[in-house]
Amino acid sequence: MLDAAGPVFSDDIQSRIWAVAAWMLKVDGVAETVPGMNNLMIVFDPLAIPPGEVEQQLLHIWKTVVPDAVSGRDVDIPVVYGGPDGEDLAALADNAGLTVEEVVRRHSEAVYSVAAVGAMPGFVYLSGLDPQLAMPRRAVPRMKVKVGSVIIGGAQAGIMPCTAPSGWHIIGKTKVPLFDPLRDPPCACKPGDRIRFRVIEVQP
Amino acid sequence: MIEILSTGAVNSVQDLGRTGYLDAGVGRSGMMDAPALEIANLLVGNDEGAAGIEVALFPFRLRFETDTVFAVAGADCPAKLDDRQVPDWWVMNAKAGEVLTLGLPRAGARAVIAFQGGIDVPLVLGSRSTDLKSVFGGFEGRGLHRGDRLALGGTSRRMSRMEGGYGADVSVLRAPAAAEDEAIVLRVLPSAEYAVFTGEARSKFHETDWLITNDANRMGYRLSGPELTLTRKLELLSHGIMPGTVQVPPNGQPIIQLAEANTCGGYPKIANVIEADLWKLAQSPVGARLRFELTDRDTAVAALRQQRTFMAALAADAALMRGWN
Repeated sequence: MLDAAGPVFSDDIQSRIWAVAAWMLKVDGVAETVPGMNNLMIVFDPLAIPPGEVEQQLLHIWKTVVPDAVSGRDVDIPVVYGGPDGEDLAALADNAGLTVEEVVRRHSEAVYSVAAVGAMPGFVYLSGLDPQLAMPRRAVPRMKVKVGSVIIGGAQAGIMPCTAPSGWHIIGKTKVPLFDPLRDPPCACKPGDRIRFRVIEVQP
Repeated sequence: MIEILSTGAVNSVQDLGRTGYLDAGVGRSGMMDAPALEIANLLVGNDEGAAGIEVALFPFRLRFETDTVFAVAGADCPAKLDDRQVPDWWVMNAKAGEVLTLGLPRAGARAVIAFQGGIDVPLVLGSRSTDLKSVFGGFEGRGLHRGDRLALGGTSRRMSRMEGGYGADVSVLRAPAAAEDEAIVLRVLPSAEYAVFTGEARSKFHETDWLITNDANRMGYRLSGPELTLTRKLELLSHGIMPGTVQVPPNGQPIIQLAEANTCGGYPKIANVIEADLWKLAQSPVGARLRFELTDRDTAVAALRQQRTFMAALAADAALMRGWN
């Protein structure tokens, strides 16, 4: 595990994390790399490469790597905001001291970066949320948040890739499938991709 | 074909798990007692990674629809093929129509059944394992139900027809099960936040016999014992975690992540159970007690090497046995 995190999440550090992850995959004995938020987990076979050597390689690449300037793709996510499938939109607007229209404008005008994919299959950790739209997670998580729900938790934006428990706030819904195990790669988005939410409709 | 006659919903088709998709949020899954599957597979003449059945809820019964070579491994559970005793870690030949019954384990928690040819379910993301949490892989993405019929893969390898003549001695890999009032000892390496726990918390972590609570499944086990506290409040960004990672959430009670662990988490980590000891967790039932013994990297690697050497020797033996027939 390489932990490069400072007090707040940094997009520059994250670009470096992605680049190091790609390089480390080329090292013999390294099986998988798992970028987190400003950190990186390396999964390796200790019988194929000694742990100390993985450490050395990791630090060397961390110091010398040059992150790719342009890598990710642009992904368009059409969203129906509010209504029955965006039940927390009004509450989030209240919390932010903004109108619903302003919340939708700010949420859909931002460009988000897929920092990492993880926790559950196809779940994207997005950076780039307007800080004013941040809202602490629900004290009691909902047991079922529907697939395609467009959500905000703390200072992060997200999309539910499957129906699962979540304590994040639901502001809308998309029909874009984010995860399909029968597809390879199974995820619609990769770290480094840029996501834009496009307004289809705002429902009361 | 085999037909499931009685089962619990957590019994499932598993192989050695899914690799290469952690960065897509797809966890390992796979047999909790992976070495038991490897051994049982080698005994029946399969590659070590063929898919078998993990049985965690008993009694479990299945009927063989065709003559089938199989082996039962893992937990020490009373097993019968019709009226015949089925020893653990032993190759058996079932005739069409015979019924295999696994009873409640005398020791351990999970039995593994391997079949010659392996369970033939589609590969999903490179594995036949069921991901129960995410509902894909294995048999229709779910645990087994009564009446399910599973196909077995074909095999070109001829197996020994010596009735009950071939098995594995696993005593070098597995000490006899601990007595019921004895804690199961797991070797751990310190994790990233080990030093942020108070000295008292670290001592308690290693000295306590931790109880496995009812909240224990393929995702992980929640443990109960003294509260483990940090020297300062920690807000961690989400980071990768693996089966064996021991996290401590704000209530101070550890959680051990297991086969179906999420790929990322945010709680402070106190330790990691070494890979060579993960099978012991598969064989630790609810209500059992666990002790965490600090070890070092060299010991962890040596333990893994011993396991692999055992498998290589068993594979060579199995090839010899096939050669004799």
